[in-house]
Amino acid sequence: MNDFPWLSVLIALPLVGAVLLSVIPRERETLVKQFALGVSLVVAVLAGVMAAGFDADGARFQYDEKYWWIKEFGVHWAVGVDGVALVLILLSVILVPLVMLASWTEADRSGGVDVPAKRSVKTYFALLLSLEAAMIGVFAATDVFLFYVFFEAMLIPVYFIIGYYGGAQRSYAAVKFLLYSLLGGLLMLVAVIWLYPLSSKPASEGGLGHGTFMFDELSKMNIDPTTAKWLFLGFFVAFAIKAPMVPVHTWLPDAAQQSPPGALVLIVGVLDKVGTYGMLRFCLELFPGAAKWATPVVLGLAVLSIIYGAVLAIGQVDLKRLIAYTSVSHFGFIVLGIFAMTSQGQSGATLYMVNHGFSTGALFLVIGFMIVRRRSARISDYGGVQKAAPVLAGTFLVAGLSGLSLPGLSTFVSEFLVIVGTFDRYKWAGALAVSGVVLAAIYILWMYQRTMGGPKAPAVEGMKDLNAREKWAVAPIIAIIVAMGVFPQPVLNVINPSVKETLVRVDKHDPAPDITGNVAENGVRP
Amino acid sequence: MKAEGIQAASWLLIALPLAGAAVLLLGGRRTDRWGHLLGVTMSVASFAVGAAMFVQMLGYEAEERRRTRHLWDFIDVGAFKIGMDLLVDPLSISFVLLITGVGSLIHIYSIGYMAEDPERRKFFAYLNLFVAAMLLLVLGDNFIVMFLGWEGVGLASYLLIGFWQYKPTAATAAKKAFVVNRVGDMGLIIAIALMFATFGTVGYGPILGTGAEHVGLASELGTGTATAIGLLLLLGACGKSAQLPLQSWLLDAMEGPTPVSALIHAATMVTAGVYLIVRAGPIFEMSDTAQLVVTIVGAATLLFGAIIGCGKDDIKKALAGSTMSQIGYMHLAAGLGKAGYVFAIAHLIAHGFFKAGLFLGAGSVMHGMKDDVNMRHYGALRSVMIITYATFGLGYLAIIGFPGLSGWFTKDGIIEVAFDKGGTSGMILGSCALVGAGITAYYMSRVMFMTFFGEKRWADDAHPHESPAVMTWPLILLAVGSVGAGGFLVLGGFADFLEPVVGAPEHAHEFKPLAPAGIATFVLMVIGAAIAWRQYGSRKVPREAPKGSFVTVAARKDLYGDALNESLLMRPGQWLTRLAVWFDGRGVDGAVNGTAAGIGGTSGRFRRVQTGFARSYALSMFCGAALVVAALLAVNVS
Repeated sequence: MNDFPWLSVLIALPLVGAVLLSVIPRERETLVKQFALGVSLVVAVLAGVMAAGFDADGARFQYDEKYWWIKEFGVHWAVGVDGVALVLILLSVILVPLVMLASWTEADRSGGVDVPAKRSVKTYFALLLSLEAAMIGVFAATDVFLFYVFFEAMLIPVYFIIGYYGGAQRSYAAVKFLLYSLLGGLLMLVAVIWLYPLSSKPASEGGLGHGTFMFDELSKMNIDPTTAKWLFLGFFVAFAIKAPMVPVHTWLPDAAQQSPPGALVLIVGVLDKVGTYGMLRFCLELFPGAAKWATPVVLGLAVLSIIYGAVLAIGQVDLKRLIAYTSVSHFGFIVLGIFAMTSQGQSGATLYMVNHGFSTGALFLVIGFMIVRRRSARISDYGGVQKAAPVLAGTFLVAGLSGLSLPGLSTFVSEFLVIVGTFDRYKWAGALAVSGVVLAAIYILWMYQRTMGGPKAPAVEGMKDLNAREKWAVAPIIAIIVAMGVFPQPVLNVINPSVKETLVRVDKHDPAPDITGNVAENGVRP
Repeated sequence: MKAEGIQAASWLLIALPLAGAAVLLLGGRRTDRWGHLLGVTMSVASFAVGAAMFVQMLGYEAEERRRTRHLWDFIDVGAFKIGMDLLVDPLSISFVLLITGVGSLIHIYSIGYMAEDPERRKFFAYLNLFVAAMLLLVLGDNFIVMFLGWEGVGLASYLLIGFWQYKPTAATAAKKAFVVNRVGDMGLIIAIALMFATFGTVGYGPILGTGAEHVGLASELGTGTATAIGLLLLLGACGKSAQLPLQSWLLDAMEGPTPVSALIHAATMVTAGVYLIVRAGPIFEMSDTAQLVVTIVGAATLLFGAIIGCGKDDIKKALAGSTMSQIGYMHLAAGLGKAGYVFAIAHLIAHGFFKAGLFLGAGSVMHGMKDDVNMRHYGALRSVMIITYATFGLGYLAIIGFPGLSGWFTKDGIIEVAFDKGGTSGMILGSCALVGAGITAYYMSRVMFMTFFGEKRWADDAHPHESPAVMTWPLILLAVGSVGAGGFLVLGGFADFLEPVVGAPEHAHEFKPLAPAGIATFVLMVIGAAIAWRQYGSRKVPREAPKGSFVTVAARKDLYGDALNESLLMRPGQWLTRLAVWFDGRGVDGAVNGTAAGIGGTSGRFRRVQTGFARSYALSMFCGAALVVAALLAVNVS
């Protein structure tokens, strides 16, 4: 089993599926959907089997494969997963089939709001599958150049999804998204290529003696501090745009508003995680000195993102924009945890990436169901939905409560870990970040009140409750949110060892408590 | 020590009502027919388990009564090791019996009260959830598990206050309760983080110690840190317990069905803050400042709530002001340290009985008066609602501290302990508590006279009648508690029972029925009741509220608490939000082209789309990216 190229197969399967889709006649829409769903389910099951064989206490990168790709340039097709990458891949492969199920009937016009002309269902599902391939690839790549390739490849399906299937101003949003991402990508490309001559230098000059892009080799280099700072910036800006952090966040609300809600689950839930994942993996481990140099500013920006994003979320009148801004706030927490450089902060941040994917995913799915019914994402077009569609409202509430980090639901564990881990080292940042807790309650509950509470709006009269398909699409996410809120430890067990490696690389230890002493034996876990 | 026997199944206490809530919520309409019965069964079963655990505890020696149960590893990252651990000790079992006992009576009462509501099943699901969350709060053996319950209570109260979501006022009140509570939670979260940074653990055992000596890590705290943790915990307590300055949600919370008010005010929720402070006593004892602030908050709130109670014509709001005031008494006692803990908890339990009885009694009155809450439309109800009148009357006598009834034992105890503190602060705190007792007698007598005495002022279509037996029996049982609980606790050795948890005061407080403070309290009580009789008992009460003095007007407006919040927080907040939205669309995004697009929202956006937006966005992007780079370079920390 161990020789089986798990990751390469996981990346190839959805791509092959996308190609095969093109053979199916365009009119056979149901078959197209069934086939795409089938492929994504196979991928999910395979990934699940692979995850079951992952040994949390074993080698850091498992299921690793390494083949020459461009030998002259030292580029490998090299993939492998550690705990962090594994949980993010699992997040992706679980969300994709659910998104397909959720967008079953509205794929052809899923921007929804003003029903654009009918679009090809086949292309939509093919794009979703290719996006899945790129997402798995980007988390699995252990060659920095390969990572860059997947990083840019993700843009293509997203660009088309927003540009073809989005709302009224879809092309504006798509181009804005592309330009922002390309700019970041270009900065990163410069930094990536720069790594090659650096690694070619002899060991005496801090290089490796041979040019390479392999992550585990590059992370052993001693790059001179000035160069490291520039390279760090190249990577960091790209990741900050992707994440997105204030002040380079403005593409997200526009993209969110125009995007079909199904695809939005993947864009905000998974794609943006590449930014924070990249910070944790590449910014910290390739340039530990520079990362520490930048920490105060990054923490400041993270706190700013938390508060600024939340305040803006409160002021939104469009559901999708609102959730986009809440994500800016949540990404602030993730970045905060990463750069606090404590085990609680980083494990919490990684878990946050997963939890945010699910809770925001659930919110966008339900908003999608609402848009299908009401043809609007404006908050003021709703009101009293709870009376008409109680199950829809209840699902929305649970997803929302996860968004405001209610204990018992998954996001709480990660947010609390980030706060505790940050506070341990940077009291000011931890304390300021806590204000996000109050703001989150305001933006979620006010949104719920305006859409679901109050007297029934005339337009909401007769609104249908969730049907069986929609329930099947959202129920697994809700189940995961609850399960991971109560039993987060199995996932943390996978994440912890990887985070430990990162902390060793940046040479940071958790601060010791001020008061130690003989702890009474009672009340302490054995 | 490890829990054994039925105590090892302490998780059942929480699991039973939680399962009830889950079945009723997931089962949907299918469970409509028997949902309320399941809810009641789960709550009563939980009480039975709690009672069995209590009996088992009585079989142990005092120092062996602290029993823990580790369920599973909840979070384990680095040194942050949190177990899903439950603690059964004299303090938590006292709460368990109160929560499940009074909670069950409220469940039973709700069968009748909510009989006509199409969503009764959901109501019982939320009631079950509330009880489960509150039990988790008091049973947790570390601050994180406690916090799980803490927030669970917040959620349940949100769902119940906003039970009639279609009423905009209810939806707003529910949101307000949650948000204000979250402000308090901010303090609690930072306190927990600070405790972890300080002690490297958040477990009760290591921090607070496991014996009466309290030799936990807390005993090594420096004054500064102890003050910080204490004040942060107090902020959390203020949120849940509706103490100043986070009191404003409680009066609006009356939007929920009346049994909810009984549950929030008597058995759950508002008592959580008192529990937290008493539980974390060893931390507060390390800082005189923190303790002093607790007593000040308590004393201020007890007067604040009492004054509000005087001005309300809405029977539920008058009682809500009273709750605020009574919880203030408990905080005052809790801030007095070892001398006060027992009285804080004893008063809390006694209050649980009489306040639940009063609220359910008020509900019974409303039930007969077509949900009219205005006491000016009541009057002379004693002849038509005999059981409600009698039970409400006993609760009334208990709360004003009529000699021999519950409140007399517990509240007088608090007043005396406050005076015992000595010094100027003792005099001031004691005087506040004393004056508060007089005001309590006034506003409660006012409620009593306006509702049950005087002449009929009923609306033409009102046909008041006694409530069905399913509602009156809980009233009768609660009345028994209102009469006896205080004396039973104070005379029956509650102090010794709690001692293994809260420690013993330096000078044990002797119960002295004829102490000077006790006599003064009695005199003020009589005066307060007499004034109320002059104004509302012996005179005709107008159906329309008179203009009233400036104190009355202020009390009607909750002493301007909401006005203050609005002008200090809400308006600036809205203004800030609008500014931020404007800035985000122009400042950050449109550093280059924003001013040109100027006018507004979508139209501006369209124009940009048409006029070479690609170029301008490339530029603004570079500006954003350059900002980050510049910021990074500017802070040159090597």
